[in-house]
Amino acid sequence: MSTQETRTRIVWDYAPAPESPEHVRLRDSYGLFIDGDFRAPLDGTMVPSINPASEETLAEVAFAGEEDLRRAVDAARAAQPGWAALSGLERGKYLFRIARLIQERARELAIVESMDGGKPIRESRDVDVPLAAAHFFHYAGWADKLSYGVAGRDVAPHGVAAQIVPWNFPLLMAAWKLAPALACGNTAVLKPAETTPLTALFLAEICQEAELPPGVVQVVPGDGSAGAALVRQPGIDKVAFTGSTGVGKDIQAALAGRGIPLTLELGGKSANVIFEDAALDQAVEGIVNGIFFNQGHVCCAGSRLLIQESVADVVIGKLWERMGRLRVGDPLDKNTDVGAINSREQLTRIQELVSAGEEEGAVRRSVACELPERGWWFAPTIFTEVAPAHRIAVEEIFGPVVSVLTFRTQAEAIQKANNSAYGLAAGIWTDKGAKAFEVASALQAGVVWQNTYNHFDPTAAFGGYKESGFGREGGPAGLRAYLKVS
Amino acid sequence: MDRVGIEERAALLAKRSIKTSAKQQGIRLAVSMTDLTTLEGADTAGKVRNMCAKAVCPSPTTPEIPSCAAVCVYPSLIGIVRESLDGTGVKAAAVATAFPSGQASLDVKLRDVEEAVAAGAEEIDMVISREAFLSGDDTRVMEEIVRVREACGDAHLKVILETSELGSYDHVRHASMLAMEAGADFIKTSTGKSTAGATPGVTLVMLEAIRDYAERSGRAVGMKAAGGVSNSKAALHRLVLVKETLGDEWLTPERFRLGASSLLNDLLMQYEKTQTGHYARPEDFSRE
Repeated sequence: MSTQETRTRIVWDYAPAPESPEHVRLRDSYGLFIDGDFRAPLDGTMVPSINPASEETLAEVAFAGEEDLRRAVDAARAAQPGWAALSGLERGKYLFRIARLIQERARELAIVESMDGGKPIRESRDVDVPLAAAHFFHYAGWADKLSYGVAGRDVAPHGVAAQIVPWNFPLLMAAWKLAPALACGNTAVLKPAETTPLTALFLAEICQEAELPPGVVQVVPGDGSAGAALVRQPGIDKVAFTGSTGVGKDIQAALAGRGIPLTLELGGKSANVIFEDAALDQAVEGIVNGIFFNQGHVCCAGSRLLIQESVADVVIGKLWERMGRLRVGDPLDKNTDVGAINSREQLTRIQELVSAGEEEGAVRRSVACELPERGWWFAPTIFTEVAPAHRIAVEEIFGPVVSVLTFRTQAEAIQKANNSAYGLAAGIWTDKGAKAFEVASALQAGVVWQNTYNHFDPTAAFGGYKESGFGREGGPAGLRAYLKVS
Repeated sequence: MDRVGIEERAALLAKRSIKTSAKQQGIRLAVSMTDLTTLEGADTAGKVRNMCAKAVCPSPTTPEIPSCAAVCVYPSLIGIVRESLDGTGVKAAAVATAFPSGQASLDVKLRDVEEAVAAGAEEIDMVISREAFLSGDDTRVMEEIVRVREACGDAHLKVILETSELGSYDHVRHASMLAMEAGADFIKTSTGKSTAGATPGVTLVMLEAIRDYAERSGRAVGMKAAGGVSNSKAALHRLVLVKETLGDEWLTPERFRLGASSLLNDLLMQYEKTQTGHYARPEDFSRE
């Protein structure tokens, strides 16, 4: 018989809800995708790709050597005239096909993205993969309207694009690079990041399935030295790089005097500015989404939190309480909010900067969550009493660590937000429309979000000011990087 | 309050995957929080007695399913409810104060409450005067609640905001705060007689108001989501909102309720599916 007693004993926790990797068609090893097929490396090596949540090997992947890169660039060179000669409508058809195949294999791609990179399945399923498809759809539509994207002027592709993408959004960044390049009639040699090559190789399979002409897309995994060698290949006509500012500077030096156009999307230390008249509970959600999305491995992460002093205590209190509810753990669990740190190397860097923050006198609080024994993890962390001169207020941490600074007036907020070597993104939280527009136009940042953060759309241009790089990706602005305009 | 942000957060929490043991426990918890409700002109003593039996023992064949929290009726039937529920632990609740519109004088509303309490109501669900709220007369809104609170005596007071008539999330939060300041034990979304009920956004805003009020005053106010929560998925989503806004301390019938009539059978059907692996027929469950 049911009684009041049965009822008081009910405790409720979410049971584990792991996405099953069973039906994922992951091969044991992957060659280099060159000229329409997977090929054994000529002078490259086989390197394991590791699951950062378990430290287990997922597959062996060929890393390209010098000879392999030359072969890849040659294949792209050979295919380029034919690809550019197709009508825009025909190129668009291929891109539409790729977009649809990404949707068809969405679940598989999401699982592999989470296994290879450590990000929560909720994000790879709801953000990375749908956005990757959306980018192909968007640029498929532009393929036969290119001159309309550049104010009616005449356009021509550059030729062979060398594209290097980072490990934080492996599939999505590949889509950001390939979709506009292909739409504009370029062919591409894509180098995925060393720790996360798998979804780019899946994308190569998709290119095969879509019967994309051989040579239009090459996927050549490798480490930093392969990237450095790729941009030094003589046969390339265009370089696009997303990654760290240090590597970006090296690439720019390598291209100096060669007349090769370059777009760089580099690091950031983006300011998320909370005014006292903001909707504070929603601002707290925005702060969480700004810094803990993808473990903070986001170039535009809202890592410098600027809060108006009058509401700082309230906001920090709410934020700390909210951080305690983040679910950290198995990336494949559908209820996980914060997954694994992408690599041991990145974990070391986060730890190093966090220690520096403590030594410099900022106050650190990390969520007391249970972390798995194997794999690489870092608990969500907040630093208060941060001074603008502290390393944690200046350098990109690229992890789930937010540094809180305060300001008194609007002018001070703008001054502090702009007081950075970077200028990739910013967030403004206020209920006052006029203030939002005024502050947005004063901020030196490529993207300014108002009352939201980390929202992406293929129609919107993305890119940086200052040391965050130059050139824009996304929308019609993204066509410019892949066209000669006359 | 930012509408877009609120609804995004609520929608994000709808994506929590509640499976296997979590689903079973969640359903049991939801049953224990249900105020089984009938508010029809055609309600009779017979129907209400049947409903009380169901509230006490929702599923005789599955003893691990607990009793509901309360049975909620119009004041004229509260005596029957009290009698039927005597000694069961299930509470007798009455709607009062010229429910659902609240368009009557304060005297009439107070008489309504007094009669219901005298007839055995242990919980009173009152409506705020939306007429006063929307014309900006916060004082009258609060004064009415304070007076009803007095008239309740020992009975628990749930204050219905009728959020779908308030027009914005800012108003929902403001009305929540007024009701809590005036002494509400619970704040409740809706009468179930208007266009929309306990939408995820409204539920979230009220839970956040409860959290902020508790932090400021030290007093824990309960929440009742009523109207529109008609299936297990919606009920579990509301529990997720509670868990991730107020925490586990609020996941008890003393602090959270679901006001519903058709929800209970869906909970029972879904529970049985977790046991047997397939859905039973609707006619396998008694209507009331």
